[in-house]
Amino acid sequence: MKKNLPILLALAALLLLGVLRYDHFASAYNINSFWRYNSMFALISVGMAFVIITGGIDLSVGTVAALASVVAALASPYGGLVAVLAGAGAGLAIGVLNGLVITHMRILPFIVTLATSLGAHGLALLLGHNDAVSIAPSSSFGNFGQGDLWGLPIPGIVAAVAAVLGWLALRSTRFGRHALAIGGSEEASRLMGLNVDRTLVTVYALSGLLAGIAGAILAAQFGAGQPNEGVGWELFAISAVVLGGTLLTGGQGSIAMTIAGVALLGLVFNLLNFENGLGFISLSAYWQSVIRGVFLLLVIVLQARVLKKRVTVTKLAR
Amino acid sequence: MNQKTQPATAAPLVQAAQKKKYRITIQREIAVLVAMIVFNLLFTQHFWSLQTFNVNLTQVVTIVIVGIGMTLVVATGGIDLSVGASMAIAGSLAPMIFMNVAGPFGIALAFVLPVLAAALCGVFNGFLVTRLSVQPIVATLVLFIAGRGIAQVFTDGSLQAFDNPAFQWIALGRVAGVPAQVFLMLALVAVFAWIVRKTLFGQYLLVTGGNERAAYLSGIPTARVKMIAYTLCAGLAGLAGLISISVNSSSDANVIGLGSELDAIAAVAVGGTALTGGRAYIVGTLIGALIIQLLRYTLLAHGIPDAAALVVKAGIIIAAVYVQRRQR
Repeated sequence: MKKNLPILLALAALLLLGVLRYDHFASAYNINSFWRYNSMFALISVGMAFVIITGGIDLSVGTVAALASVVAALASPYGGLVAVLAGAGAGLAIGVLNGLVITHMRILPFIVTLATSLGAHGLALLLGHNDAVSIAPSSSFGNFGQGDLWGLPIPGIVAAVAAVLGWLALRSTRFGRHALAIGGSEEASRLMGLNVDRTLVTVYALSGLLAGIAGAILAAQFGAGQPNEGVGWELFAISAVVLGGTLLTGGQGSIAMTIAGVALLGLVFNLLNFENGLGFISLSAYWQSVIRGVFLLLVIVLQARVLKKRVTVTKLAR
Repeated sequence: MNQKTQPATAAPLVQAAQKKKYRITIQREIAVLVAMIVFNLLFTQHFWSLQTFNVNLTQVVTIVIVGIGMTLVVATGGIDLSVGASMAIAGSLAPMIFMNVAGPFGIALAFVLPVLAAALCGVFNGFLVTRLSVQPIVATLVLFIAGRGIAQVFTDGSLQAFDNPAFQWIALGRVAGVPAQVFLMLALVAVFAWIVRKTLFGQYLLVTGGNERAAYLSGIPTARVKMIAYTLCAGLAGLAGLISISVNSSSDANVIGLGSELDAIAAVAVGGTALTGGRAYIVGTLIGALIIQLLRYTLLAHGIPDAAALVVKAGIIIAAVYVQRRQR
């Protein structure tokens, strides 16, 4: 738990700063729009957390989301539900492909998902004819991104449900324990008789599915499928997972802390907007990436120190 | 490996095996490239012209230069995601210098300082990787996110247009009808191929990537080797950034080198360097980049849209790495 302390403190500090300094920071409107926008990142980060826990990486989620947004927009004339399912299905298909290539051809996940990232981008551009695809104005699909349910933003609810399910799956299902075991040692898991390949395919399929849902939200929120959006999302998700204390070597990790990482990265942007709104200083939007980078740096430096101590302790114990 | 350290009988065998392996790896990539050139000569109109040659080569220059550095980092078992950010930092600094400092001194400064600034990014990456033992993907992710932001803050996100023949000679100058940047690229490939194959640093690099713990225990300064690899990689990326802005006659921190890390990694992978480390084929990276570029050109020349070329590129990367895997 100790290595999670830096991020939780940073998050608490940012929240405190926001509440004390800005009038409308804690307003229902700000909180809702915050979750509405960040729900996409939360979804792909949950998928990424599972992938990273198994010791892999999924660089394709960004362009898979873009592909799914185009597919969902193309399917929107047939109804809102069809559009969401089509987007999610497109993501799931790429995810399964990733998993099968990684497990059956034994190629590093980094390379495989890098390649499918390019491929998904190409497909998105082909399907959208190099341009954004408007969603059908008559369909109810737009509600999936812009609508509210019981006063809460629908994409936010979707992301919250996914996060809770992911959290439960990781800590108390067979699938979650297998994923953790594979990340700890793939060889040992295989020797223990776990079906490593099946678990890995499931993990990449899950990541693709969540990216697909994120893509459907993207299309619904902006009213169009965006073939060129989503580039760089994968690295946002990786940073969120790393901020949440999950090691890229796999074997451990936490969905709850990953969500904390997403919230931290999103808050930087939110607070910057509020600060500019006050009018004392004018920081350009470019500072947000610098500040996010600094946060990432701080957290990994602090984690490195904690980990180093732990390594020396275990060495002494032997 | 040094021949003197091997037992007398084993030495020729080991060397022969190594030589054979090296020859085969490079041969296959060359064969693919030659096959593609032959295909184009037969089926693509106007392929055999200096213009086509120049267009194809100038488009790979920045990828190859970044790829050389990436090959070194990959050889140590690492990866550098921040090369695009290093390109952006160097590319946005240079115009500020030569537009404010007049004369040849300004031009010289505009080459040296941005490359040094980029190299500094590499030192930062190297520090995180070697001193704090942060995984290379995470360590270089910091600058991937922040680096472009730093460049954007420098320039306030605005585009700097310029017309400076002396500075832009690096990209627009021609020697015997071939762009100077192509010669620069070939020279860098030759120098780094020599460094990897013939120098002590090259040997240290491969051994560090092959088995870092064993290398460290046998007295190789693995931390310093990795530090040098990351610094060189970022410095080369900075140089590529300068070429990139010279080609466009403008510097836009938002787009310089965007996505170049993935292009470079793809070139390295197709060129036969395994991402697990311990090997470095600089010439292979050049050929890998050429294969990807020529593939794109071939598809475009036959009326297939650029987007479809991306899908084919994805297939090529998987196929190339799969074939290399099977061989080992």
